[in-house]
This record gives sequence, structure tokens and C-alpha cells, in this order.
Amino acid sequence: MPEYERHTYDVVVIGAGGSGLRAAIAAHEAGARTAVVCKSLLGKAHTVMAEGGIAAAMGNLWPDDNWKVHFRDTMRGGKLLNNWRMAELHAKEAPERVWELEQWGALFDRTKDGLISQRDFGGHRYARLAHVGDRTGLEMIRTLQQRTVQLGVDVYMECTVTDLMRDGDRIAGALGYWRESGRFVVFETPAVVLATGGIGKSWKVTSNSWEYTGDGHALALRAGATLLNMEFIQFHPTGMVWPPSVRGLLVTESVRGDGGVLRNSEGRRFMFDYIPEFFKAETADTEEEADRWYDDKKNNRRPPELLPRDEVARAINSEIKAGRGSPHGGVFLDIASRRSPEYIEKRLPSMYHQFMELAEVDITREPMEIGPTCHYVMGGVEVDPDSAASRVPGLYAAGEVAGGMHGANRLGGNSLSDLLVFGRRAGEHAAAYASEIGGGRPVVPDEDVTVGVRTALAPFDSGGAENPYRIQQELQDAMQDLVGIIRREQEMQLALKTIHDLQERSKALAVEGNRQYNPGWNLALDLRNMLLVAEAVALAAMERKESRGGHTRDDFPMTDYDFWGKRNVVIELAGGGAVHLRLQDLPEPPPELAALLEEPH
Amino acid sequence: MAAPTTPAPPERPRADIGTKTLRTDAWWRAPAISAFVLTAFVVYATIAVFYNKDYYYAPYISPFYSPCLVAGCHLAAQGYTHARVNVPHLTVLGYWWSISPAILILIFPLGYRLTCYYYRRTYYRSYWLSPPACAVAEPHKRYTGETRFPLILQNVHRYFFYAGLVLNAILTYDAVVAFRTHTGQWGHFGVGTAVLLINATLLWLYSLSCHSCRHIVGGRLKHFSRHPIRFKMWGVVSKLNTRHMQFAWSSLIWVALTDLYVRLVASGTIHGAWV
Amino acid sequence: MAYDLTLRIWRGDASGGGLVDYTVEAEDGEVVLDAVHHVQAQLAGDMAVRWNCKAGKCGSCSAEVNGRPRLMCLARLSTFSRGEPITITPLRTFPVIRDLVTDVSFNYRKAEMVPAFTPTAEQPTAPFRMAQVDVERSQEFRKCIECWLCQDTCHVIRDHDDNKEAFSGPRFFIRYAELDMHPNDALDRKKLVQEDRGLGLCNITKCCTEVCPEKIKITDNGIIPMKERVVDVKYDPVRLFRRRRGGDDV
Repeated sequence: MPEYERHTYDVVVIGAGGSGLRAAIAAHEAGARTAVVCKSLLGKAHTVMAEGGIAAAMGNLWPDDNWKVHFRDTMRGGKLLNNWRMAELHAKEAPERVWELEQWGALFDRTKDGLISQRDFGGHRYARLAHVGDRTGLEMIRTLQQRTVQLGVDVYMECTVTDLMRDGDRIAGALGYWRESGRFVVFETPAVVLATGGIGKSWKVTSNSWEYTGDGHALALRAGATLLNMEFIQFHPTGMVWPPSVRGLLVTESVRGDGGVLRNSEGRRFMFDYIPEFFKAETADTEEEADRWYDDKKNNRRPPELLPRDEVARAINSEIKAGRGSPHGGVFLDIASRRSPEYIEKRLPSMYHQFMELAEVDITREPMEIGPTCHYVMGGVEVDPDSAASRVPGLYAAGEVAGGMHGANRLGGNSLSDLLVFGRRAGEHAAAYASEIGGGRPVVPDEDVTVGVRTALAPFDSGGAENPYRIQQELQDAMQDLVGIIRREQEMQLALKTIHDLQERSKALAVEGNRQYNPGWNLALDLRNMLLVAEAVALAAMERKESRGGHTRDDFPMTDYDFWGKRNVVIELAGGGAVHLRLQDLPEPPPELAALLEEPH
Repeated sequence: MAAPTTPAPPERPRADIGTKTLRTDAWWRAPAISAFVLTAFVVYATIAVFYNKDYYYAPYISPFYSPCLVAGCHLAAQGYTHARVNVPHLTVLGYWWSISPAILILIFPLGYRLTCYYYRRTYYRSYWLSPPACAVAEPHKRYTGETRFPLILQNVHRYFFYAGLVLNAILTYDAVVAFRTHTGQWGHFGVGTAVLLINATLLWLYSLSCHSCRHIVGGRLKHFSRHPIRFKMWGVVSKLNTRHMQFAWSSLIWVALTDLYVRLVASGTIHGAWV
Repeated sequence: MAYDLTLRIWRGDASGGGLVDYTVEAEDGEVVLDAVHHVQAQLAGDMAVRWNCKAGKCGSCSAEVNGRPRLMCLARLSTFSRGEPITITPLRTFPVIRDLVTDVSFNYRKAEMVPAFTPTAEQPTAPFRMAQVDVERSQEFRKCIECWLCQDTCHVIRDHDDNKEAFSGPRFFIRYAELDMHPNDALDRKKLVQEDRGLGLCNITKCCTEVCPEKIKITDNGIIPMKERVVDVKYDPVRLFRRRRGGDDV
């Protein structure tokens, strides 16, 4: 076997977004030799795109807020399909994790008393999101990045992991390659933390970047772990629709949290027509009450624009379909007529900037045109709530790549807190696992490295003529049209068939040039993951015969509390690599937590 | 930090792009205009300074020659003997002083402008071509910036700022007494009065918008919240500071025009009740 | 409305390279990065380019467009005159890896040299009490997306490789400024930044501010205030005397 670059660690974290860096910090602080491996440069991960804030019940503005309310909001927002224990840990630990960032130099916006300011967001009963203008994700990643650097954690930038290596059932390491040189590198480690984020690049209209190819989901599946509830994809209600080059780009929910409203082409605030039974008791039914709520939350109910994201996205979708959309196929999001230009520029500087620079729209004067965009996957690697451990010994997952925490729909602001809470837990438990192993470290099998390298190099001499960019585009079209916001059995059948065709065609991928910084080749390798994960999503979506959260079936429009409300859809790879699906009971919360869920508003 | 993030940098070449700049816009225009105006000013100021007469016509005095330092200052005002009444007259130099007193005065505004953060940007670009414009290669082989003598002296900017304030006060006084007739009666208002008034105003705006001023009034504080008044002042100066460039140019040009105007009047080139 | 657009892109690596013309169909509302992606998908699958968010938030797609350092995702095609080719080259200040991708590790080395935020003894542990007016100056600098355009355009290292050792660059000067203005930071890095990080090499010609896509006033709000703070502790005799006498530092 050729000599490959080799490195030995106790914990290797894949991904350098919020959860990856938080995991690395935790593992390092627990005494583990730790490395972070990431596809991009350090500090560029998708976390920088997060705008609104970090949800944490610190109660800085509303003393009545506490973890119980946050827990309840999270579970109800997730349509009660969340893993209750994860939701509990998340709600309890989020404030500590936010303060930790402050301890490391983060500068959040302040209240009059000098505490961390908190803002309103959809589905949260109180103003709860710690934020910095509308660039909270940037603040978070920079703080974690600076902390990581300060501690001296090794970071392998622009290095892609293609396969996890196992010794028997246990994790033994990872195989990757430097994007710069195309040379392979073997990480020998008993513990791997997956923190690779989501899968949104498989849809055409998406807020996600090229990195979001479901690497962690696919790595986990191939290593023998299970995926949970992959049918739940969050379409963020407000993405840009024009110009075409930025279609899908996120428009933060803070626009609505800070007073923005949705209108159709007739000028009607249509969200009042779409308040579901489940949220009737806590949602305003007149514009007057909704407008009063911003200043007086005690005596008024929240505006329907701040319903959970799935509800708002579906409503927008319906308005557009009914022919009441905006000129470029969205609806109007209007804050210009409701807040002063100074307020808008202060509270939403990067939105102002984004529309000015990219669409030549001045949001302090005109409404924005927006429409739903693929944003987040609630489904992910099935993990133990307390330790973030997957079914495979030594394999951990945290952040978007992990499943369960958000149930059928994630509340805005719960993602950044999720990254911190479970990133830390994953890092700590991975370090503990590695130290328990002691001398009995698993060994990376040479044959597996050889096979991994051969697979990765296949596109250079496949003899085929398929263009990876073309295949990616066809996959995106198929997922957008056939496994989008509203789903039907026949369409998903067709999607599956398309995916299988594309999988077949991708065996004949051809790439030009050599291995040195070659995006064509890099995409060819990512495609393998995208296609596998797309298949998992389509299968899971076909299986769940109800509508709930980020999964809406035209042919099964009702939410089924008796059967599907108690089931997780689990995906695993059978022998030979076939995707296999089964149902599993959802763990039930203990009575004292269950009681919180029933609490009236 | 360990190896992977920070591989010891082997000398790797840059992209071989060749051309010194690929900018397609008229990047040379701004530095060329700055160089032209600055040079024109220097030439004019030098002539005006060494000319050593026609700088006073009661009640107007050229800003280049104010305050009056020489015993014979008022004699410059042809035909008038009331000079003492109208201008600050600090006779520190006797009749023995033969060269232009303006030299002694101009050291301060010259030093202030030379060490000014805005002018530094401008003359480093326009004269020293370091760099001539952004992303345009500079011609020098070596570059040490402001780390050594003489450029390390740029750090005394704040002292020139203080001196500038004194001169501003004097020129303000000059503008005030320009409301008197040449015989000392209040109520005069000629074109010269307006010229001197605008001159003093622009100089104040230029001084108060200065970066050192911004630092001194509040910029050096760590906690604005503990010094509310200084925070307010800092806020005002910060607003002015964003226009420091405009004030730098307008005050520079206007001070030359003021000198020219006084000179034209004092030499009798223009005359009339309105002057 | 679609139209034909010619891009003149630098292709090559450490061993050499040159400008290559590509003509693709472009559309109204697109940006330079879109056009580069068309080239990649249709004409040159192996063309190396960095990008992530495509929204001006991550700072990955830095390059020089018609000779000016910019983010390709914020360079709207409508701002260029049609009919003329658009030239795209890699950042000049850093070693090239391939095509439009450069080795920016210089910046990561400089980042490691920054002494981290250190809370004061007054408030050693979060949650801190800090007034909004006290955090605002530093918040401006924390908007930095680390696109390295300011580092690229700065002539101190762009034109003088030999200064790289001694010079941290504008991005890190605002990082030091951010920490110096942090209301709850205890360390004094002023002498360090002047003596060891090359603040004195900066001759405030403001190109960093000109290229900043986040519109951070790097020079006026960061570098110049830092220079003034350095004067307080190094060059101003009156302040030095006051400090020695133990006077408060306001």
C-alpha cells in the first residue's frame, strides 16, 4: 500500500461550524488530542449565515421566561415529535452556553441594564434570542474560532473526509483528502464527532451553500449508524426570489420579529387566514391585537406572521398558488411601512445591505419579495440524547446532522443553541470514550484505506462522460419539484426513480484536470453523499402518511396523532448498501414534562 | 498552534499576472488632482510668505501673517496708523527682524497639516506614490512606513492640533474685529469680513474634525457610559470627522483665497466701500 | 435578458499561468460569481474558485475583478459595461494555489498571534454587565467576515513581501482595536501592536477601507484610534508623565 499522510488523535471533529468548533473546544478541554477537519477555510462554515439569534431562556427582558417555557415552545413547534430529553437538555443548558460565548469575547447587543438583549422570534413565547444585529451566526463562529485557535486545537482546513474507517464495529479513523493537493490523509482516531450540517444543496431553491451535501448523514449511514425522520425538511418561509442569482437566499425571521408583515398582491395581511387550530389560542386574530403585542406581550397574543416556520411557509405557498403572489413569484414582506428607516437600519443592517447590494431594493422604503426556500433538515443521525453518541461505538453527531432535537419542525433560534449545547456534549463524551479505551485503540484496516482511495479516484478513469455539475442540477430539479414543500405519492415515486437513475449515471462520471484543487472532482465525490441522502429523504417522506411540520402530504393532509405522532422513521443501510427503512416508537416524556406541554398560554 | 493550520510557509510564488495593475478605471485621476492642488497651494503660499508686504489692510489681516509678530506690522497697512487697534499685536520681534514673520507663524499650520491623518494619506499617495492608488503597484523597493525617523514624528500630531487651536482663536479674533471699521467703530461689514469669517469657521471645522481631537475628547475612553458628556462630545466630533477630508480641502483653499483677497485689497488692486 | 459575456480569467498555478477568455451566457441580475460558475459548469469543470454563501456573508469568493479586490458574489454584472470583457485574477498578495484560489494561511498565522480576550478582575465571569454604547465600537469590527481583501490590497505587503513577517495587516489591527475597546478586557496590547505587529508600517492610505465589503471604517475607526492610543503610551510626554504619576487614564 502507498504511504499516506497519517495523523493520530483521540477525537476528530468533522465540520467547523458552531457544533464542530464547540465539540472540539470541549474535547480539547477534556484533555483529548483533538483535530477539526473542514471542507472550507476556518470561519466560513454555514453557521455564519445564521442571522436572527441564539434561543436561550435567560429571562433578561421577560423574567417569566425559563427553561420550562422554552422546552414547551420547542416541543410544540416540533409538533411533539421531538426527542423530549434532547429538548429538555437544550432548554436547560442554552443560557450557560450563551454566557460562555460572552466569556470568550462575544459582544451581543445589550439591554438598558447592560445584559444580553433578546429578540422575538416565531414560536417563542417570550423575546428570547440573544443576538448581534442580524449577524448572530458570524459572532458565534468568530468567537468559537478564536477560542479554538487560542486553545491550539489542530485545524485541517479545506480537507474533505470521504469515508469513516472502522475496526470491527468501532470507529477507527477517517480517510480524507486535501482539496489543495488532492493528496489523501488518514486520521487514526477512536472517536469521531460528525458536525457536518445539513443537506439543502440537493434542492434548487435553497439557502444552503455548496458544502451542504449531507456528508455527515452519508458517512454515518455507511459506517452503520441510523438516520431519524429524514422526511422533515424545513422550508424557510422567507427567501429572496429575485434576482435569479440569489433566489433562495435567506431573509431573516427577525424582519417579522421586529414588526414586518406578510401581504399578498391585494395588500391583505393573509396570515390571519391561515391560523391552525393547534395555535389558535395563542395567536392574535385581529391586526390591532397583533400590533399591540410587540409592546405588550402579557395582554395580547402574538401576530400570525410569527407562527412556526412550517405554517408560514405553507401559507405563502398557498397564496402564490392561488395567484395572489408578487411579480417575481413570491409574496411581499413589508417592514418599510411599519418601522422607521433608522430602526430598520439599526436592527437589520445586513438585510438592508443584502437587498441594497444584491437586488437594488431599499427595504426602508419598499417591501421585499420573498418566498419559501429549503433551509434546514430536522432529520439526522439518531443519537443518544445525553451523550450525542450514535449507534456505532466512537461515532458522535451534533448540530444539524443529528436528528431528534427539533422533531418535525425547528423553531428559529433553536439551531444556534442546539449547536452549542450538543456540540459541547458530543465533544465531552467523545473525549471520555477515547480516554476509556486507553491502550486498546482500534486500528485502521489498510484494505479499507485502499478501497476508499480507489473509490475516490474512480471519476478520473471511469471512461464515462457524465458531467457532475449536470447530475447535481438534475438532482436539485427533481428534489425541488417532487420532494418539495407539498408532497404526493406518485411524485415521490418518480423522484426515487430519478435518484436511482442518477446514481447509475454517476458511476460514469468524468472529471477534467488533475487532483489539485479541482472542483469538478470534489463535486463528483460530494454527489455520492447527496444522492444517498436524497434517496433516504424520498423514502422516508413516502413512508410517513400524514402531514406534520416540515412534511406536508397533499394526499394525507391531516396530522395523525394516534399512529404517526408516536413513530419515528428510521433509515439504515442493509448489507450490500441498500437503503432500508423501519418504524420505531417515539420515546414518551415523563409525566412532569408532558404536563408542561399541555400548559395553556 | 500545531502544524496543520500553520504549515511553516515554504516560499511559494504568487500568481504570475504580469501587469502592475489591471484596473481599467481612471485610478490616476484622484491622486493627480490632489497633487496639482497641493502643489499650487505650496507655490502660492511660498510666494505669499516671502513677499512680506500687502498683508494688512485695516481691519483685515492675512491669515498667513496673523498674529502680528513684528514691531512694524502696522506699517504694512499703507496709509493707516490705526493698525494696533484692530489686530492682535504681539511684538516679539523688533525692527531688526527683516525676513517675513509669516515663516514663524506658518510652521504651526504647516506642521498640523503635514501630520494630519488625511493629508498623510493624500501626499503619500500623490507625491510618494506609496501607493498611487489601491491595487496599483508602488515604485519603491523598500518600505518602512512610519516606523522610523523622520516619519515617526507623525505621532506628534496632537501637539500641532493644540497649536492649531491657538491660531484658530487668533483668526477668530481677526474675523470679529473685521466687523469694525478701520477707525475702530463696530458695525462694518464688507466682503473681507465675510471672507475672514468663513476662513475662521472652516479652520475650526477642520480642527474639530481632526482624528487626534476625536481621540482626546473621548476616543481614548474605555467606557463611554461612565463619561456621558465626553461621549456626547465624541459623538459630535465623530460626525464631523467623517467630513474631515472636505474640511481639509475647503479650509486649505479658503485660507489661500483669504490671503489673496487681503493682498488684493491691501495693494489697492481692488477698492471701494464694499471691500 | 440573456447576453453573451466574456470573462478573462487567470488560469494557472505556482509554475505559471495566464489569462484565458471564456464566453458564457449571462443574465440580468447575476453577479460575477454566477458567470464564473457558468464557466465551471459548461467550459472548465476543473477551474478552481473558492466560494460558500454567495451572499456577502462568509468572505470566501475574494478575487480581483478588473484589477480591484472584491467579493465576486457582490459584483453585479449590471455595473460593468456590456461588450467589454471582465478580467478576474486571484488575490495578488498571497501565493497562488491554482486559478483563482490562493494560499491565505498568512492571515491564519497572524490570527494565532493575537492575545485572546481576557476579562477584567472587576467582572471575571459572564454574564457581564456592559452598556450598549460601550460595546458598539468593537461590534463594528466584529462585523469583519475575514475575506482578506484589506490584507490583499494593503501595499505594505502587496508590494513588499519582506514586510509580511513584521506586519499583521488591517484585519488584525481592527482585531486589536476591538479588544482594546472591549469594555471588559484587561490586557493592554498597545505596545505589542506597535512594536511587534507592525502598526507603524501603516501609512493610512485607506485602501483597506475602500475595499471592505462590510463597510467597516477600518482606518478612521480602527487603525487611527489605535495609533492615537499608541501615542498615549509611547510618544506623548505629557501623558507618559501622567501615567507614571499614576493618574487615571482618561
